[in-house]
Amino acid sequence: MSVAVTIEAIEKRFENFPALRGVSLDIQPGELVALLGPSGSGKTTLLRLIAGLEEADRGRVLFGDIDTRALSLRDRRIGFVFQQYALFKTMNVADNIAFGLRSRPREERPIASEISKRVKGLLELVQLPGLEKRYPSQLSGGQRQRVALARALAIEPRVLLLDEPFGALDAKVRKDLRAWLRELHGRVGHTTVFVTHDQEEALELADRVAILNAGKIEQVGSADDVYDHPATPFVCEFLGEVNKLPVKVVGSQAFFGDRPVLGGLSQNQGGPASLYVRPQHLRIVDETPLALPGTVEHLRRNGPLRRAEVAVEGLKKRLDVDLASQVAPAIGERVRLRITHGNLFAAA
Amino acid sequence: MTTTASFRWREPSILPGFGLAMGITVTALSLIVLIPLAGLFVKAASAGPADIWAVATSPRTLAALRLSFLGALFAALVNTVFGLILAWVLVRYDFPGRRLIDAAVDLPFALPTAVAGISLAAIYAPNGWVGSWLAPLAFRFTIPFTDVSIGFDGKVAYTPLGVMVALIFIGLPFVVRTVQPVLEELQSDVEEAAALLGANRLRTVFRVILPPVLPALLTGFVLAFARAVGEYGSVIFIAGNIPMVSEIAPLLIVIRLEQFDYAGAAVMATMMLLISFALILAVNLVQARARRRFGDV
Repeated sequence: MSVAVTIEAIEKRFENFPALRGVSLDIQPGELVALLGPSGSGKTTLLRLIAGLEEADRGRVLFGDIDTRALSLRDRRIGFVFQQYALFKTMNVADNIAFGLRSRPREERPIASEISKRVKGLLELVQLPGLEKRYPSQLSGGQRQRVALARALAIEPRVLLLDEPFGALDAKVRKDLRAWLRELHGRVGHTTVFVTHDQEEALELADRVAILNAGKIEQVGSADDVYDHPATPFVCEFLGEVNKLPVKVVGSQAFFGDRPVLGGLSQNQGGPASLYVRPQHLRIVDETPLALPGTVEHLRRNGPLRRAEVAVEGLKKRLDVDLASQVAPAIGERVRLRITHGNLFAAA
Repeated sequence: MTTTASFRWREPSILPGFGLAMGITVTALSLIVLIPLAGLFVKAASAGPADIWAVATSPRTLAALRLSFLGALFAALVNTVFGLILAWVLVRYDFPGRRLIDAAVDLPFALPTAVAGISLAAIYAPNGWVGSWLAPLAFRFTIPFTDVSIGFDGKVAYTPLGVMVALIFIGLPFVVRTVQPVLEELQSDVEEAAALLGANRLRTVFRVILPPVLPALLTGFVLAFARAVGEYGSVIFIAGNIPMVSEIAPLLIVIRLEQFDYAGAAVMATMMLLISFALILAVNLVQARARRRFGDV
């Protein structure tokens, strides 16, 4: 089995709202994939479709080479962690985790002592040993999340699906749990898909990131791929910060107005285009060709980063420029900016 | 009393209003509930021990109390099941006429109970719309090797069964209205989680959906039961009021009053009060325990 999950040309519509418009994705065994996108992009719908909680209007989902439409929810063996965890509040932690095992048909059900052994092992795995008798209302958010994860893992799922796994937690707990989940995934090795709107989370955690926008996958790739080589203007703008310049391409050069700003271009059709430049790819330089004159209007500091906002004539929005440590322009100073790297997209 | 030295008023919040709210509560509760009930006890006590015992143990009193409490219990149980299903349907499904049915649930609250009683009596009478259909269904059946025989003689109106029909009618809204908001609040993700973990529908309903609803269901049961125990207006029209058979306790109290046997009426009333209070208190204690345990997630 080379592919764990195959998503084939899925289309899904809610009333008049097209949630997914032809989505295809292959997920490898043991892979950790993030579905990243703004709210309303269809990422949660896609996750629920893989789980079987929604039905596709068109297209199909395969586990290996089994068409999931033929499988009942039980036979899909999906470990699903809900955004609000969906723990059973009238059951204690041990009963929550054992629920999946006890729900098996009698002949496949482990005996009671085996179940309690498994529960104990899972609680150790999620680092909550000894909490068997607690009720969900007596746990913190992070603990509930880990109980939900243990409950999902108890059924030995084919695929682990996490819906905004860190959405309801505060920043500090999120960071800790993220590192812990990465480490756990390395140890347990389940094929895992998680949904998030937090790009930092997706880029840090996932082997591959699928970026969704308006019901379509814009790009799939490793964190480096999608960040350094965005396939579409949306990906470029969605990931990290970026400046946008309207340019015109002639030959191997891009012109802002009548001033060349970026050279050495290959494989372009020429004509109007948008040039996307990240703040770290703008450098203040002494007078040279291929430079953009502007005025420093604002200086900010964000942790280790120093940033200048530079107004350029003919551009409404000021350019964000990351400053090297030895550069210290003053407000009002005229500077020249060199674009060291940019992504060019033909204007729509 | 000096032994209560350790008792302290619960610290009122820093927000004003404690004194006023407490004052109004105590005054209203006293005027409307506590003083009349105390008066009842005083009146009952005026009868003297021998008379109290005579009234309390007379076969007619016991039969009436038994009918009232067992009938109310049965009606409340029926309403618990039926009301839960009705609330579920109203919350979960959308169908034409849903709002109409939702509104109709409250009718037993609004309708004068006498009107309900007369309507039920007319419909369930042997020649009524429903009663005429029930008559041919009569059966009797003796359990083998015993003298116990059970059966249905085809009549509802003017029998203890008629009493229960009326009690079911007036108690239904209590269960529906207490359970409905809890069902509405149930998150569908819990059900989805159960299904994905492999639980079949039956297990999902009994292990996942019902337990959180149980406290509200119990409240609905108690309310329906309490209402049914004290119900008078609708029952007397359908019950037939045959002493020892279909005579309910509230009616017997009224009969005693009409015979100027005030003390006897007060004794019966006090008995009803004590039994009801004990039952309701017990249920509330069970509930308080459940609430402490599961909290709210």
